[in-house]
Amino acid sequence: MRLNDEESAMLAGEMGEPKRWAMEHMLRVGRFFDAEDLVSVAQAHMMGDPESFGEAGAAFVEGLAAHPEAERRVAIPMITDPRGVDLQRYRPLGQTEDMANLERRFIAACQALGIMMTDTCINYQTFMPPMRGEHVAYGDTGVVIYCNSALGARSNFEGGPSALAAGLTGRTPRYGYHLDSFRRATRRYVVRSQPRGLTDWGVLGAVIGRKAGSYWEVPAIEGLERVPTSDEMKHLGAAMASWGSTALFHLVGITPEAPTLGDVEAGSLAAEAITEDDLAALRGRFGADGEKVDVVVFAAPQLSLVEMRDVAALCAGRKIHSETALIVCTPAAVYADAERMGFVGQIEDAGGMVLQGTCFYQQYAREIGEANGWKRLLSNSAKIVNILGGYGYEPALASMEDCVASAIAGKVVRA
Amino acid sequence: MIRLKCHIGMGAPVQGIALVAEDDFSARYDLDRKRGVFSRPTHALAGQSYRDRILVFNTAKGGVASAWMLHEMKASGIFPLAILFNRANTILAQGGAFADMAMCDRFEDGDVTRLIRTGDEVLVEPEQGLVTILNR
Repeated sequence: MRLNDEESAMLAGEMGEPKRWAMEHMLRVGRFFDAEDLVSVAQAHMMGDPESFGEAGAAFVEGLAAHPEAERRVAIPMITDPRGVDLQRYRPLGQTEDMANLERRFIAACQALGIMMTDTCINYQTFMPPMRGEHVAYGDTGVVIYCNSALGARSNFEGGPSALAAGLTGRTPRYGYHLDSFRRATRRYVVRSQPRGLTDWGVLGAVIGRKAGSYWEVPAIEGLERVPTSDEMKHLGAAMASWGSTALFHLVGITPEAPTLGDVEAGSLAAEAITEDDLAALRGRFGADGEKVDVVVFAAPQLSLVEMRDVAALCAGRKIHSETALIVCTPAAVYADAERMGFVGQIEDAGGMVLQGTCFYQQYAREIGEANGWKRLLSNSAKIVNILGGYGYEPALASMEDCVASAIAGKVVRA
Repeated sequence: MIRLKCHIGMGAPVQGIALVAEDDFSARYDLDRKRGVFSRPTHALAGQSYRDRILVFNTAKGGVASAWMLHEMKASGIFPLAILFNRANTILAQGGAFADMAMCDRFEDGDVTRLIRTGDEVLVEPEQGLVTILNR
């Protein structure tokens, strides 16, 4: 890979060990993907929850944080994905002091590196959305797919260590979705059944992601009769990324790089219809009805202020069933507004729990499930029901309205 | 011996027994990393141990957590020796780089999940872009 003088100096260790490690890591990755050089990035966003990074990851970041300040500080604005422990509310969830301490160590190390602890997977709704054409290094697949697709930014999926390397150096290897040639459509789908509500958008994303089936496929999607809202795009993208490892899609006539099919070179691709049968087949995998529900979860992605308002309105004046938990995850930035506007109070008065800066599946989902006896889980997120099967849950999918109604009834009810 | 050429990979050479699935892979979605087994009920390898195996999959799926998890798995001592894909995604490659775990993809002779069989004795030489099946 071609390096400029500053990059060569970083690799040689002349700017400190953290940047040397970062360069070495990026060269390994860049070589694997045939990157010719590095590209400057404007922001980095790091996923890191203690269940994922573990003792070894915490020790690694602490090692970087032990270097002199001039060597360890990140070079660009760098923010974080959700935490795994809400340090104000972990005991009621059955999380342990060991889990909390691992989280505390990671937070302290990140702060020493100059990372801003936003703890959010909806930074495009709460922090500083990237510009079209801006190169960034984002973690969290939902963040990447939204910013690539809805905003026209340029990012690969960056795992925690790679996002950290990007933050330390202000660079990332130039491969994949940083390159024009990878952003053209490779699959073409025509939507024949219009989504209604957030869950439907997630189901549509899951179906397309599952069909596309690879990080390197770029779906061009036609047939939508209206422009989705930001929350609808969020669920569409998060589910597509979860089910397909998809990092970029185009909505023809809607998203910025695809005014027409021709703009993303999709005109010659065979079109595949997405029918009601396709959507129903996916829903049918998560279709519990009338069964007892242990926990209802609103998360993955974290809730926007609008979603917080809507969940609160459904909970207002009601009581969650005594044998069912209701958990809502939102970033601290949204929590502050939602508390001020009374939404948090309405959810808590009904018996729900609102967590700050975490996301359910990233917070030791297996351990908290076992600690609380949660097995049958209900959510409106097509992403989370895909993830949690491997964590010992029996996940089911329903609309936001049906999720709250089920939490109140203590069993899955559908309007 | 059967020699399979692939793209230049990463990590040191390793030799071990293959565990193969025409399925995709995510450390977050599919594994119980404490027990060292595939825990996702719908995964093709559900219930099987991945410890010290050379895993062979179609591609990677899901989220970014695997990049940290491979490193933590290696530190815990319960980890696969190598992972081979038809096509890796960025996260698994970044995880391989961080964990210093052998990883290769893009095989010249076709679908690696059909070229290699579960139980094969396999030598992986990432820097040479070469995987050798020793028992056939």
